[in-house]
Amino acid sequence: MTVERDLVLTVARRELSDTIRSKLLWIYAGCFGVLASALTLTGLTGARLASQGGYGRTAASLVALVQTLVPLMGLTLGALTLATGRERGALRFVLAHPVSRLEVLTGTFLGLATALWGAVAVGFGLAGLIGALAGAPGSPVSLLALTILSGLLATSMLAVGMAIGAGDARSSSALGLSVLAWLLLVFVGDLGLMGTALATRLPVSALFFAVIANPVESFRIAAVPTFGSSLDVLGPAGSFAIDTLGGSARFLAGAVILAWIVIPAAVSARRFARSDV
Amino acid sequence: MIDVRHLTKRYGEVVAVADVSFTVQPGESVALWGPNGAGKTTVVRSILGLASYEGFIEVAGLDGRNDGKQARALIGHVPQELAFYDELTVFETIDFSARLKRVTPQATKAALARVGLTSHLTKAVGSLSGGMKQRLAIGLALLGDPPILLLDEPTSNLDAGSREGVVRLLHELRSPSRSMLLTSHHIDEIGLLADRVISFDAGRIVLDCGPQELSDKLGLHSWLHVKVATSAPAAAAAVLVASGFPARLNGSGILVEVSAQGKGAALRRLEESGYRVVDFEVWR
Repeated sequence: MTVERDLVLTVARRELSDTIRSKLLWIYAGCFGVLASALTLTGLTGARLASQGGYGRTAASLVALVQTLVPLMGLTLGALTLATGRERGALRFVLAHPVSRLEVLTGTFLGLATALWGAVAVGFGLAGLIGALAGAPGSPVSLLALTILSGLLATSMLAVGMAIGAGDARSSSALGLSVLAWLLLVFVGDLGLMGTALATRLPVSALFFAVIANPVESFRIAAVPTFGSSLDVLGPAGSFAIDTLGGSARFLAGAVILAWIVIPAAVSARRFARSDV
Repeated sequence: MIDVRHLTKRYGEVVAVADVSFTVQPGESVALWGPNGAGKTTVVRSILGLASYEGFIEVAGLDGRNDGKQARALIGHVPQELAFYDELTVFETIDFSARLKRVTPQATKAALARVGLTSHLTKAVGSLSGGMKQRLAIGLALLGDPPILLLDEPTSNLDAGSREGVVRLLHELRSPSRSMLLTSHHIDEIGLLADRVISFDAGRIVLDCGPQELSDKLGLHSWLHVKVATSAPAAAAAVLVASGFPARLNGSGILVEVSAQGKGAALRRLEESGYRVVDFEVWR
């Protein structure tokens, strides 16, 4: 099936415009910007009090913030957009035109992804500006790399959210499932895995692959080296990564995040093609 | 232009449409008639590819499943529930639709002029009245002058005044080069807009006939109370009875039973017989 670029871009522009008008995006962008700025300021202040160079600590805080907030942004926006579009009849309106479902889905994905990248960039832009004004020693390149990785994580979570919303789910179910996915990926995937590893004496290699299969953890593995820290900070799994993969661990993590974009997007396309709107 | 064969649509255990077959010829206007929940809208959604289905649907020889995008390029659709983006202006809404249909700005202007929306381009869609929104929906359906119009309850949710205007507009759109498939439960509307009526009940076709035949079969009769300029109304009533209209005197006028489509015929019969109709009322 051919996908016509101009049709995809028409849908993408409409979706971007609609998302920019939505309160949810601005709430997320505002929270992210405020928290990123606050973490930057407190990180720098703490570092000065301890007489240490400060940006590594700030960046680590930003990584934790991204790990928590960005997946929630992507998952809920992705799941709710399709489900509410179906409920409001907006999808019926668009799909009654000579446009394929794949073109509508691709356009919607691009529009939402652009809005999410914008929200992430605003948050990091604020943090970077405040850091620069406060004389933080960090490199803008590190912040840019962190921004790009965060954008990729947001895109992968958007793809998962859209896979949830692409079926016949109502918006309330889609929201519930997306929050459940967030809890599983962000909290159960981290704390649950730690607890399981201790209880079952999971081999370190198995622990590492279980960790890196989670896109949120993959983001951390890819992000930690961007501000000059070693993967040792991630514990035994990080040490295993250094010993076996060396510098390639971050590329493997990047590939995992990309896979979490491609596979859920394919699932979305399959579910959306079969659903009634 | 539209060929529906053995169409069945299930929602879980519920069969919304059961083994339905019908065709719409080029230039023909066909109405799907029936109560709410009879399956009319499901048929329209299936033709548009918005719902999965069992059976076969062809639009101008194009398979609805495999060539849905090309088939929809030939269809203008007016939905039952208007789901526009309320915050967009009329122009933005039309521009979005025109881009998806690859319609030139000239053709867009022509469609706007036809439905009388040219002076409302900068208004937000959310601020339009129900009648204006319906005109917008019809304008969007006319973009690109498609050879097929699918109208799903085009006058639902409209007040009497707006409804009359929309029905008149749709009547003007009838043309030998355009096929129309509309759903409605207003028999008077169907009489004006359709050549043929397919009556649905519980997802099945129960009748396929002309609008007049449908109203006769359903016993959809009205009573006309007619006042004629004559000192002998009994003679006027006798003319009507002789012409097959059950009629009797009632006060100062004549009460005549007519089919939903036959009001004009009774009045014409009186005029042709030399009785000038001074006034009339419809008593249902």
